[in-house]
Amino acid sequence: MTLLTILFDGVAYGMLLFVLACGLAVTLGLMNFVNLAHGAFAMAGGYVCAVLVNQSGWPFFAALPMAFVASALIGVVLERSLYRHLYTRPHLDQVLFSVGLVFMSVAAVDYIMGSSRVFITLPAALQGQFDLYGVGIGRYRLMIIVICGLLTAGLQLVLARTRFGSRLRAAVDDPRAASGLGINVPQVFALTFAFGCGLAGLGGALSAEILGLDPYFPLKFMIYFLIVVTVGGSSSITGPFLASLLLGIGDVAGKYYLPKLGPFVIYTIMIVILIWRPNGLFGRTATR
Amino acid sequence: MGTLMLTGTRTLWQAACIALAGAALIATAQAQETVKIGLILPMTGGQASTGKQIDNAVKLYIQQHGDTVAGKKIEIILKDDATLPDNTKRMAQELIVNDKVSIIAGFGITPAALAAAPLATQGKIPQVVMAAGTSIITERSPYIVRTSFTLAQSSTIIGDWAAKNGIKKVATLTSDYAPGNDALAAFKEHFIAGGGEIVEEVKTPLANPDFAPFLQRMKDSKPDAVFVFVPAGQGGSFMKQYAERGLDKSGIKVIGPGDVMDDDLLNGMGDAAIGAVTAHMYSAVHPSALNKEFVAAYKKAYSTRPGFMAVGGYDGIHLIYEALKKTGGKADGDSLIEAMKGMKWESPRGPISIDPETRDIVQNIYIRKVEKQDGELYNVEFATFEAIKDPGKTKK
Repeated sequence: MTLLTILFDGVAYGMLLFVLACGLAVTLGLMNFVNLAHGAFAMAGGYVCAVLVNQSGWPFFAALPMAFVASALIGVVLERSLYRHLYTRPHLDQVLFSVGLVFMSVAAVDYIMGSSRVFITLPAALQGQFDLYGVGIGRYRLMIIVICGLLTAGLQLVLARTRFGSRLRAAVDDPRAASGLGINVPQVFALTFAFGCGLAGLGGALSAEILGLDPYFPLKFMIYFLIVVTVGGSSSITGPFLASLLLGIGDVAGKYYLPKLGPFVIYTIMIVILIWRPNGLFGRTATR
Repeated sequence: MGTLMLTGTRTLWQAACIALAGAALIATAQAQETVKIGLILPMTGGQASTGKQIDNAVKLYIQQHGDTVAGKKIEIILKDDATLPDNTKRMAQELIVNDKVSIIAGFGITPAALAAAPLATQGKIPQVVMAAGTSIITERSPYIVRTSFTLAQSSTIIGDWAAKNGIKKVATLTSDYAPGNDALAAFKEHFIAGGGEIVEEVKTPLANPDFAPFLQRMKDSKPDAVFVFVPAGQGGSFMKQYAERGLDKSGIKVIGPGDVMDDDLLNGMGDAAIGAVTAHMYSAVHPSALNKEFVAAYKKAYSTRPGFMAVGGYDGIHLIYEALKKTGGKADGDSLIEAMKGMKWESPRGPISIDPETRDIVQNIYIRKVEKQDGELYNVEFATFEAIKDPGKTKK
């Protein structure tokens, strides 16, 4: 029965990683832009949610969408003012630029909110664990699984079935041909970027309870986002999703069964998968 | 010509020597009027709250006691080392060489205190450690005194207390870094010697995102209590997940050294923290008149309550003031250190003294339980172990 509890915790952790990282998969995979500042948008969402709930007395479920909206807005503003100038630049420039942005965000949040860890006050209904046929189910973690599951399904539908999805894929594959066909490429990119940032913001708000929220969030979790994207491959949503689940379950189970080796499990999984498939589970082949 | 040249050069030399000596005299005369104290603290970065508390406390003390002592004006030069030991060393050097400080103080973490230790020895400058808590620090220079605490002081006492108070089986969860391992070793030694049993031992990585799997392991091993030591920021996450997993309802207590239940962080942890028993040298509700006065003044000045780091800073500057009074304003390193050795006074935390042999702090360790008073969480003291020396040294 403990096995199932561990599995449950691992799935919840993996789902959380996915929501946090899938925005990065979109910018990196679809727009071919290395945005290491992704975690900064997650942190922004987390803090917006914390301020709304703790100081303005908003209900938690009303503050969650606001975390999405706020991060998406910040994303749009930064995309229009800063990021778009770097789309055509080499990856090294993009990395330097976005790492600079990370440090600025860390310093800014440290200055405004202080350096100590922030918690979001949760409604009583989300606290504690209940017992389902002997399996301990954490209420908060269950909520994460539900929200993230729905998001993933929705995301996959939008990308594969809607007109916007096909425009986006066209704009990525060949921006010149796409704009020749009347697709407003910059607009598509801006929207996509904002959506990815919004998702990160939502992930940041959800993760405050489990991962902890402090000004160093973007630095601490940058490595996890990158692992998810490299292991999953950046060509689709399915890859990072499966990678997140695998890493989440691997990490939790590894720490439970082999506490001495626990922290290495996630990296071992990454190395093994990358040796087996250098482009990630669902990577593009070397043609691009 | 040759002789003339020689005399000429000699006169020049003599003139130069006189000028130099004169300059040196003027410099010493100036130095005697003010005593400069270099305060090196982490004011930014992950340990910033330590730095802020100590800086606040030092400012408060000077505000309360005036900036002149034994005829000398006290000048504090604050430097931010951002918790990087390399910075600490560079800043200590600048303070000693350029600013000519008489005392260096502060030091948020052990590596920072150790980085400055050789400079204190070479410059014969007293180094007052106000925060860092590893036993070895005071052994690294004969000019180091400490006014904070050592981790072993609280970890051994909680081990003794647990063994005597019906806790038989303990699972430990400590962060895998030097202070975590020190705390664990000190606790284990005393708890096992008292007849206790360790049923599970887990070390979590320092940058640990999620406690879930470790807590599940704790739960499955069914101990009477969990001994926990994690870095300051993670205590809240730990307590929340401890409650989420229902460990509190299974009757598993939380025990540990008091750093985890810092007054600074306690309210952020929420009601999950209620009932946790820790051993430490200071609580904001320590029942003494002096402490009530200190807490009221600190709250009035900074609208937040002081934690144990603030007390370390407050006592540190008090020690410097008293040493200067004793030497009659003589601010050279040897006189100051001699004056500091064996000094006894009442601090907001209770009676404390500086061990004349080790220059480390001797103080009461209190066993406290987290309770809610007037809507806020506090560590309420209910047992006292008196005049505890650093066990890391008494062993030798």
